[in-house]
Amino acid sequence: MVFVAFGVVALAAEWVTGALAIGLLALLITSVVAIIWVAIMGGLETRRALAPYGLLKPGILWLSLFFLAPLWTMLEMSLSSKKSRFDFFPSFSWEWSNYSKALTDFAPQFGRSFLYAGIATLLTLLIGYPLAYVIAFRGGKYRTLLLGLIAVPFFTSYLIRTLAWQNLLSDSGPVVSVLETLKLENIMEWLHIMDNGRLINTPAAVIGGLTYNFLPFMILPIYVSLEKIDVRLMDASMDLYTTATGAFRRVVLPLSMPGIFAGSLLVFIPAAGDFVNAKFLGSPQTTMIGSSIQDQFLVQLNYPLAAAMSFVLMAIITASVLVYAKFMGTEDLA
Amino acid sequence: MTRAHDSKQKWGRGAINAVAAATMLYLFAPIVMIVLFSFNNPKGRFNIVWNGFTLKNWANPFSHQELTEALVVSLKVAFLSTLIATILGTCIALALSRYKFKGSGAVNLFLVLPLTSPEVVLGSSLATLFLSRGISFGMVTVIIAHVMFQVSFVAVTLRARIRGFDWSLEQAAMDLGATPRRAFWKVTFPLILPGILAAALLSFALSIDDFIITFFNAGSLVTFPLQIFGASRVAIPAQINVLATMLLMGSIAIMVGGLIIESRRNRLNNGSEAKR
Repeated sequence: MVFVAFGVVALAAEWVTGALAIGLLALLITSVVAIIWVAIMGGLETRRALAPYGLLKPGILWLSLFFLAPLWTMLEMSLSSKKSRFDFFPSFSWEWSNYSKALTDFAPQFGRSFLYAGIATLLTLLIGYPLAYVIAFRGGKYRTLLLGLIAVPFFTSYLIRTLAWQNLLSDSGPVVSVLETLKLENIMEWLHIMDNGRLINTPAAVIGGLTYNFLPFMILPIYVSLEKIDVRLMDASMDLYTTATGAFRRVVLPLSMPGIFAGSLLVFIPAAGDFVNAKFLGSPQTTMIGSSIQDQFLVQLNYPLAAAMSFVLMAIITASVLVYAKFMGTEDLA
Repeated sequence: MTRAHDSKQKWGRGAINAVAAATMLYLFAPIVMIVLFSFNNPKGRFNIVWNGFTLKNWANPFSHQELTEALVVSLKVAFLSTLIATILGTCIALALSRYKFKGSGAVNLFLVLPLTSPEVVLGSSLATLFLSRGISFGMVTVIIAHVMFQVSFVAVTLRARIRGFDWSLEQAAMDLGATPRRAFWKVTFPLILPGILAAALLSFALSIDDFIITFFNAGSLVTFPLQIFGASRVAIPAQINVLATMLLMGSIAIMVGGLIIESRRNRLNNGSEAKR
């Protein structure tokens, strides 16, 4: 009942408009009808049949109002423009130029975001898989403890972790001094990791920060998929004369694909939209698209352009996820 | 198997273990740095260069008023939003795992969407909505934003936890004369409570830590991450590290406590099974 009232208020306040308003209205009418129906029929059977919808309603309503409705508003905003210079707020006018501007003016930022996020995803997979493997198959009774340890970095603030990396990679920091004592600067320069003797403010530092911050998101799903594997399958394949490598390649790896898929999404998507790492560890030459969106929205107050950029980001991410799903042969997106 | 083959295999095992150990080290390097620098006696306003050991930061952790206030704001927001999100998310998880109904696939997909959208998009779109409806930014908008991503999180993690739950227990209680409501509160709820608490705890951590979505919807409200972000250009006091270490210790204590309770419960269960 409370949520029906809540929905009516939302409609009355013109919180949601357009197609969503109609959808919400339909939802409200069905729930009112359902409530009346239950009140009249009153049977246990009818109540049972309606129970799941009743349980779902509050949460789904919240998500509709504060996740779907905002996306709809932003879609409108991305096609809006200011009618005159004195208008504070832009109005809807099929302004497609916002999109062409987002794509042309910010092409480098889009490119960098997906490049950095892609490399970071690959790196998390390369270093995260062995750790997940060791915990799952060799962790023994320490499994839970080791998994807990992986979650520990989560419990310090994301910003503070990134600041700590700024500290570690700074010109007077420990990493640079170790590299200098080992005389590895030249190799690092050649690998384009260091730039003029500096680690901080390079693309490598940004990618390193992204890799670090999202690494647990790769390890945990891979662990979950590895843990389900029956060890006897590996023994069986060895009995059938495969080598350890063969057993891994033909048994373990295919069975852990769902974990790799989930982990890649959980790393790639937030990394592509991130701007904290680029801000703290990068330079103006490493700005990512998240940073530009935030700048257009909060500093330039150019809401239509920021909205168009957000939609382009969403579209590219969705497209790459679909391609990746096809490539991995996974149908289950969740 | 030949001896050469054996030694090659041993070598491979060692290599994988070494990579795993190095990754563990990588995960903990900044954490060590944060804890270590909470004992630093910084020269100037930036706690960046090691300048000698001191306990004075720990002696007065709350001496930076804005920082402490921001932490209190974050705790308030996290508490309220977690409470709302846990109730809504638990209802969704129950509906999805308890009942078979039309449209559950669509609901599943709908739940995952907020989790797989970049935070900039979630934050900026919600802020666009608030702006266009003339709603002023503040504590309420931040809580609304946090609940939005927490609901999905609680629902998805809890649904995974209670997959395979034996719903016939509830049926048994009802056969013994309990009303459906009583059967739920006396039988099902106590059994799924640990899962609910775990999901709530993690979503609490998500809320305290959220920066990007909050940044768009906070207005003049300053949460802990926002304070750190704003301050990082002007000064980085060592108290940031002290408060971060406190949060870390607190959450590790809760986690270890949970592990101990769970293992004790497992032992009890095993014991009773052995007796049978």
